Amino acid sequence: MSKRIDVEHLNVYYGDFLAVQDVSMNIEPRSVTAFIGPSGCGKSTFLRTLNRMHEVIPGAYAEGKVLLDGDDLYGKGVDPVTVRSMVGMVFQRPNPFPTMSIRDNVLAGVKLNNKRISSSEADELVESSLRGANLWNEVKDRLNKPGSGLSGGQQQRLCIARAIAVKPEVILMDEPCSALDPISTLAIEDLINEIKTDYTVVIVTHNMQQASRVSDKTAFFNIEGTGKPGRLIEYAPTSEIFNTPQKKETEDYVSGRFG
Amino acid sequence: MSTTVSTEKPGTSSSAAGRAGDSVFSGLSLAAGILILVVLAAVAMFLFLQAVPTFTAAPGDVTGGKGFFAYIWPLVVGTLIAALIALLIATPVGILVALYISHYAPARVAKPVGYVIDLLAAIPSVIYGAWGATVLAPALVPLYTWLTGYLGFIPFFGGPASQTGKTMLTAGVVLAIMILPIITSMSREIFTQTPKLHEEAALALGATRWEMIRMSVLPFARPGIISSIMLALGRALGETMAVALVLSTGPLIPSLIKSGNQTIAAEIALNFPEAYGLRMSELIAAGLVLFLITLVVNMIARAIIARYKEFSGAN
Repeated sequence: MSKRIDVEHLNVYYGDFLAVQDVSMNIEPRSVTAFIGPSGCGKSTFLRTLNRMHEVIPGAYAEGKVLLDGDDLYGKGVDPVTVRSMVGMVFQRPNPFPTMSIRDNVLAGVKLNNKRISSSEADELVESSLRGANLWNEVKDRLNKPGSGLSGGQQQRLCIARAIAVKPEVILMDEPCSALDPISTLAIEDLINEIKTDYTVVIVTHNMQQASRVSDKTAFFNIEGTGKPGRLIEYAPTSEIFNTPQKKETEDYVSGRFG
Repeated sequence: MSTTVSTEKPGTSSSAAGRAGDSVFSGLSLAAGILILVVLAAVAMFLFLQAVPTFTAAPGDVTGGKGFFAYIWPLVVGTLIAALIALLIATPVGILVALYISHYAPARVAKPVGYVIDLLAAIPSVIYGAWGATVLAPALVPLYTWLTGYLGFIPFFGGPASQTGKTMLTAGVVLAIMILPIITSMSREIFTQTPKLHEEAALALGATRWEMIRMSVLPFARPGIISSIMLALGRALGETMAVALVLSTGPLIPSLIKSGNQTIAAEIALNFPEAYGLRMSELIAAGLVLFLITLVVNMIARAIIARYKEFSGAN
């Protein structure tokens, strides 16, 4: 578990529009990497190219290489379905399957592709995944109730449990706390610190304090203006980005003098 | 409180006019709501009052000579069989077409296919009936001969097969085509409303497109699919013209590929012009029975939808 990601000269397009231009970076295994930058700078788009979720949007495609421990995710004959089972994702708004119970939500990914597991194995996996997401104690008595009955923060942790239940190599998080209150946010941040011992975590956030609290390295993305592509401006250890940034643009952004 | 204040203030006449508009509109919508109930009650009353002579008449005077129940139950069974055949064919086809349009077809194909399906709904039922009787029925004769030859041991396909093709199965197929657009357009509408969030949740776990549809689209759409099926069932139960033209009627028989069987709606339409007195009352009583059947179907549908409310995703 937990693999390194190497991105080489990646361009992302929406139809003719170049959304993200020439990004290269190396993400270490068992670390938390934060993407920060203004809205529309392409950080979420770039995050989605790491598990090919951008392909859900009609007309979106990527050029370049994304290597997961040396294997190109965009190589010939690579199935996006396989990519996504190795690179899990947690979304901006909690999205447990509303028609499924808490237990079935955790098992949803495991039961895919006609995989069968025994009921005792399933019980163990549900417990370990929910414990891994710090949710077990809150829901152990109501595993058969619908996941949509939980609070927003609990739902988001359920989504994280669902993502780690399939034992991915990497977990991507697209602003996982932006719909949550501060206490739930703290719970998710604690959780990120715990799961980075097992997974490579990449998180997009608008909250710079959050980036400085949870991440080991930070990437700053920026955009010159509307209609221009987003670019990676600076990628360095988090303390360096926030204390001694090398680029003027980064300094302006992290110090709040943006624009 | 705020309303009394605003009436006292000068220069707030626009809000006063708004309040008058409010009460006019709420009165209108209340009247519309009441009107529906009045119409429904009036129809039920009419059916019941006109049907009473049938229930009180001597059994020997009713058509068939054995009382109303003996007269009506073959028609009820025939109606249900025709509707069931139509649903069995139209439901899977309708849902698959809807899924194709909403999730598989490229946009430039999906649009025209959707229009064509909607166009099916615009064709008058008498045209379906004429087409079914003159084109579809003869075309199905070889199939019926084959069915009775190889599957004749099943009562449904008991021979000898009709040589005109004007059978219950043909009527069911015509009904299926007629209700297909109801199921397809309602299901398509609800499929496209599936939250992107739920679809992406499934895809991000490594679901294939079919698995994504099974995990997010179908559960989300289930109440909508059930309502569309019930709506279609209502149409199939009440459809008159197509059945009257396609079916060569007769007494209730198990075979679906011989002449025979009859539905309530077609029975009423075919006999109404010459009916008077007790016969008229019989037909209206048959209409009352049809009314009750559709009422029960609708209540069952509501019960099914309510059962899944907790898991519906609406909360």
